[in-house]
Amino acid sequence: MDLSYTAGELAFRDEVRGWLRRRLPGRLSAKVRRAQRLTRADYEEWHALLRERGWLAWHWPVEHGGTGWTPVEKHIFEEEMVAAGAPRIVPFGVNMLGPVLIRFGTDAQKAFYLPRILSGADWWAQGYSEPEAGSDLASLRTRAVRDGEHFVVNGQKTWTTLGHFANRIFCLVRTDPGAPKPQQGISFLLIDMDSPGIEVQPILTLEGEHEVNSVFFTDVRVPVANLVGAENDGWTIAKYLLNIERTGIAGVGYSKQALHSLKKVAAAERKDGRPLAEDPLFAARMARLEIDLLAMEVFNLRILAAAGEGKMPGVEASLLKIKGTQVRQEATDLLRRAVGPYAAPDLPEAFDEGWNGEAPGPDYALPLARSYFNMRKLSIYGGSNEIQRNIVAKHLLGF
Amino acid sequence: MDFNLSEERRMLRETAERFLRERYPIAARHEAARSDIGFSRAMWRDFAALGLIGALLPPEAGGFGGTGQDLLLVGEALGRGLVVEPFLASAVLAAAPLAEAGETALLGEVIAGERLLAFAHGEPESRYSLTAVKTRATEADGGWLLTGSKSVVLNGDSADRLVVSARTGPGDGEAGLGLFVVDPSQPGVARRGYSTIDGGTAAEITLGGAKGSPIGLPGEAYPVIERAVGRGILAVCAEALGAMETAKDLTVDYLKTRVQFGRPIGANQALQHRMVDLLLEIEQFRSCLMLAASTLDGDRATRERNLSAAKHLAGRVGRLVAEETIQMHGGVAMTWDLALPHYAKRIVMIDHLLGDADHHLERFIRFSREAP
Repeated sequence: MDLSYTAGELAFRDEVRGWLRRRLPGRLSAKVRRAQRLTRADYEEWHALLRERGWLAWHWPVEHGGTGWTPVEKHIFEEEMVAAGAPRIVPFGVNMLGPVLIRFGTDAQKAFYLPRILSGADWWAQGYSEPEAGSDLASLRTRAVRDGEHFVVNGQKTWTTLGHFANRIFCLVRTDPGAPKPQQGISFLLIDMDSPGIEVQPILTLEGEHEVNSVFFTDVRVPVANLVGAENDGWTIAKYLLNIERTGIAGVGYSKQALHSLKKVAAAERKDGRPLAEDPLFAARMARLEIDLLAMEVFNLRILAAAGEGKMPGVEASLLKIKGTQVRQEATDLLRRAVGPYAAPDLPEAFDEGWNGEAPGPDYALPLARSYFNMRKLSIYGGSNEIQRNIVAKHLLGF
Repeated sequence: MDFNLSEERRMLRETAERFLRERYPIAARHEAARSDIGFSRAMWRDFAALGLIGALLPPEAGGFGGTGQDLLLVGEALGRGLVVEPFLASAVLAAAPLAEAGETALLGEVIAGERLLAFAHGEPESRYSLTAVKTRATEADGGWLLTGSKSVVLNGDSADRLVVSARTGPGDGEAGLGLFVVDPSQPGVARRGYSTIDGGTAAEITLGGAKGSPIGLPGEAYPVIERAVGRGILAVCAEALGAMETAKDLTVDYLKTRVQFGRPIGANQALQHRMVDLLLEIEQFRSCLMLAASTLDGDRATRERNLSAAKHLAGRVGRLVAEETIQMHGGVAMTWDLALPHYAKRIVMIDHLLGDADHHLERFIRFSREAP
């Protein structure tokens, strides 16, 4: 048993770290560190730099422009990206649709869409959830009716993250409402966002930000050639998408970054003239979090090592999702508490690039309450933590 | 990164698990625990013959293991079997200083299962402090005489030799501590043995000018004590992990088979989700323990920090597992005849050995500041 990285893995880490130091624009990492809003252009600039290095589609197979990295290398890459303050890779095209097309797409679909995902010509959104289909995704009702060489789509998708930047959306739609099981009548469809009949409406999240949207479809005509996989077999793709790349699900890098910030803030804040980090109660809260994170990091490495030997993570991924989100949420809670009354002032304009106003309290306090509220989503999305517990319980108990 | 066990260690684990499955049913365990000495000497010799004592000690001390990983996998097997024989006292805590000092003659007898040791360090007022030692050692006629009180000495009632800590000089910190081998059969030693709630035995020991022979250099024993306790923490955490595993397995079986309101109680989401949380926290604890095992021979701050992280979780997760597995079993878990509550008792009482969850959280904070 040896928990340290190999010489090769350390060299890989140095390579990633060195490249990020040279190529990640300071303007972008400054925005990320200040939790400022990233524009479509910001994301595109960053994607282009990664593409140039060959690291944008980092988990595609090599023959399609991927990297062939091991699970441990992927983990190192993700961790270094976060530590460097890099914008996240917008996952919908490159991390989600890409692997789906590679596995289920026709040759024509692969030849057309994959290069466009890589080049940034297409910005994809994900059309899964509906107002009446959240955790019970298979109950989705958006209808696609065959009409000659087209499907005619009617319905509503929701929680469409960055959908206001997207020119295309992949959707789960109901093509056979009479199927014996709700999972059986679903198809996976690629839809142009500029088709007539599509309307995108912003949904403001609880902290007042525009990150997600509702997408409405009214008699939208979609060519049959845009069907991925077999008609009524979309659930197979949905399940595949849920199961790929589950090794990064714990978000260890994000938690480490959050703990790092927490320690800095707790060292700078004062309580009775002493650093908050030395307050026994606060120090104990931080230490409990740090111990949970230490344990989770090794838990995650255990799963990566198993994945490296070809064992697909099963319920372990669900366990890591639960713990990873608990740890990240706990960190945002402590960050919010750490700044005391200065968690309250809210200056929405401070999150635009170039803002040079004065914060009422310390600069670092400005995003902390917003981030705390925003991060409530972690235990809800990607299969809520309750759904993850159902998955594990089914495996453990059989019901 | 490599989480796999070597072939030798896999065999060691299989040997231990098979032996415990076949020869250590819960009835035999209870019978041994209720005997005068609180365990079975015959069983202890069998464990010795299997090599499970030698596995806990390094080759230079006459053993054939002694790494963090050995402590982990032997400890986990012992915890699964709820073993009451004196591994922790005799083969880990008291043996570690002797191993460091190269006392191979005495250790040879320990490894063979012929002689039993106990580690007499804690005192009535020391709580979990490793330095609050008031027992005094004074030099007289070329030898050492020890005077003081030692409390809750595990297996101290039946040990053939005691490893005793004492102050050899002034002060009350890390400096001026010594370790001594004391023969408890001499007139200067009084022992009051008793059983413990989790099925072991311990003793209050009064030393009134008892003769002791020094282990290593008198006055410089603190680092030796810390390392011995560190090995003890790892071993007892591993035991806790094994016991938690068994408690979890017993409860999963119960949830599948106990029928109420016309269906197995495990069909209720209220219980399913709590069971998953147990599983998750046990995996977290196991992961942290693997980390502590991997740094057992590393620099001091990292070693102690990771050990304290693991012992903190042993207490925190242990309480959750013990209370929840009892609760999910319901009334039947309140009875002596079920195995589960005996596991729960052991899991909870491990928090009272070598520092509890709060003690180690504080210690984790201290060593985190020093760790590289």
